[in-house]
Amino acid sequence: MNHAAVNPNARSMPELLLVAKKLSKRFGGLQALSEVSFSICKGDIYGLIGPNGAGKTTLFNVLTSLYRPESGSCNFMGHQLTRLKPHEIARVGIARTFQNIRLFSSLSAIENVMIGRHIRTHAGVFGAVARNKATRDEEAAIERHAHELLDYVGIAERANDVAGALSYGDQRRLEIARALATEPALLALDEPAAGMNASETLVLRSLIEKIRGDGITVLLIEHDMKLVMGLCNRVLVLEYGKVLAEGKPADVQRNPKVIEAYLGAGAVQPQAGGMP
Amino acid sequence: MSPGAASAGGGAISGKAWAGIALLGVVLAILPFALGMAGQGWVRTVNFALLYVMLALGLNIVVGFAGLLDLGYIAFYAVGAYVWALLASPHFDLHLPFWVVLPAGVLLAAVAGALLGAPTLKLRGDYLAIVTLGFGEIVRIFMNNLNAPINITNGPQGINRIDSFAIGQFAFGRSQQLFGLRITGPEKYYYLLLLLTLLIVIVCARLQNSRIGRAWVAVREDEIAAKAMGINTRNIKLLAFSMGASFGGVAGALFASMQGFVSPESFSLTESIMVLCMVVLGGMGNIPGVIVGAMLLSVFPEILRAVVVPLQQSVFGEIVLDPEGIRMLLFGFALVLIMIFRPAGLWPSAVRRRELSAGRGGAP
Repeated sequence: MNHAAVNPNARSMPELLLVAKKLSKRFGGLQALSEVSFSICKGDIYGLIGPNGAGKTTLFNVLTSLYRPESGSCNFMGHQLTRLKPHEIARVGIARTFQNIRLFSSLSAIENVMIGRHIRTHAGVFGAVARNKATRDEEAAIERHAHELLDYVGIAERANDVAGALSYGDQRRLEIARALATEPALLALDEPAAGMNASETLVLRSLIEKIRGDGITVLLIEHDMKLVMGLCNRVLVLEYGKVLAEGKPADVQRNPKVIEAYLGAGAVQPQAGGMP
Repeated sequence: MSPGAASAGGGAISGKAWAGIALLGVVLAILPFALGMAGQGWVRTVNFALLYVMLALGLNIVVGFAGLLDLGYIAFYAVGAYVWALLASPHFDLHLPFWVVLPAGVLLAAVAGALLGAPTLKLRGDYLAIVTLGFGEIVRIFMNNLNAPINITNGPQGINRIDSFAIGQFAFGRSQQLFGLRITGPEKYYYLLLLLTLLIVIVCARLQNSRIGRAWVAVREDEIAAKAMGINTRNIKLLAFSMGASFGGVAGALFASMQGFVSPESFSLTESIMVLCMVVLGGMGNIPGVIVGAMLLSVFPEILRAVVVPLQQSVFGEIVLDPEGIRMLLFGFALVLIMIFRPAGLWPSAVRRRELSAGRGGAP
């Protein structure tokens, strides 16, 4: 809640977690990203905003190696992300959710989270077939951990429900639980509040703060300005694939270029949501 | 027998379930003798049904668990059969024991599975089906033509006088007196096949409820999400192909040893489709369903053959409809009925049922 107290702490010990330098990505004639540079510090809740089509999700997909950038580099805790394959991203400690929820929708909630434990567990074919003590213990631990995570995001009572039948807000939270199951250092959330009502958004906000409180850095794409400005301690604004502004939410809000991008030329007063 | 059922069910087993398992065990144990009274042909039919159960369970790993449509699965059956035929027959004058030939067949089938899997990793659905169909045909055509310039497979004539399964002096191919009972070759094979089938059932059930099984399902449901979870989709798909193929290899080796003869025409596309039908009709992804599907589809034609001809003779005094023709007619009719009334299969897995009732269709 009171991140004003957290901010100075995070900034006084700016341990860099992710450093992106001049990332560019082109789709045919469309320059989706051009020379985007930014850095995320440990303990940040880093907001990524911009009008529709600004390249936010493209940047997400570049960071998680679903897309390969034409140029630029991206260093995450000593790993060069642009050289990793998509499935290696989770192993180095980045977990993500998707804008259009991608749950394993015909499996139960608990099974979804159990799949998230894949990379932190080891049983192979022989272990699975022999079902020796080590495998049985591991299975029990996976299930226990998954239940804990469902409880953590607040949908413990939905454990055995089919993921696809959960409410929209619960699906978003389940996706977060599944991402957390991979034990990430950086949790990347792509529009987690999309389609949520005000009270659900409030619950989400406190969940994200709880996650940061537990030492996980959060990267957040969001259209809900009130949420971004209230939650994030750094914000990156993209427009047409270029960085328009970067900095503290309050500064970004006052930036005339940002105001112009959001409200059109001639607008004087920043209208975007509540001050932090 | 019980461990398979125990791990498939998971958790404690009630007294009632134990009674059921015991009853099933007794039935399975005396089945060949009961059938033997009606004729050894029926024991052979059941043996073939068991082979099909193995095949269907293997294909179920690829199609049911990992969601990869494979129309060339019979190729692995062919690999297993030809390995046995080449290493244990007068063709090369090799007569290696089963503990060499069987693992060799399984291993080679698994390698063939990975070989098929590797170039098709990026393909899904229809495209994968086309490539696997081609693969199945390529293997069959190889078997058909590898008699020149060097005679390896003896071409379309096939390989004859293949050794039957033997453990030391105990040969499965011939009748013998045992504990005062006369046990025929097919009856011996029945117990061997039953043992191997149970082993495969246990392996399948344990894989399904494991980290590996969950990864397969994740790939089937949403490959991108699976990658984002850190699952190496390439390895996990290759593993599915290899595991499925290795079961096909076991079935193939036993087929060769039981028949004593293999030729390329046993491994046609129709066979691949038959095994796929068993998986789909029984209930994709559900082990008991797949077993039921394989049993029904393999025993049904034999029952039909036994019923149709005498029935027509008694009614019309002559054979009006050829049993083979009726078989395909009834088979097609049964397919249509099942697709209308039980679209998820006779005994579907919980997941498939949910998918179809939610109207989402197959995720891939």
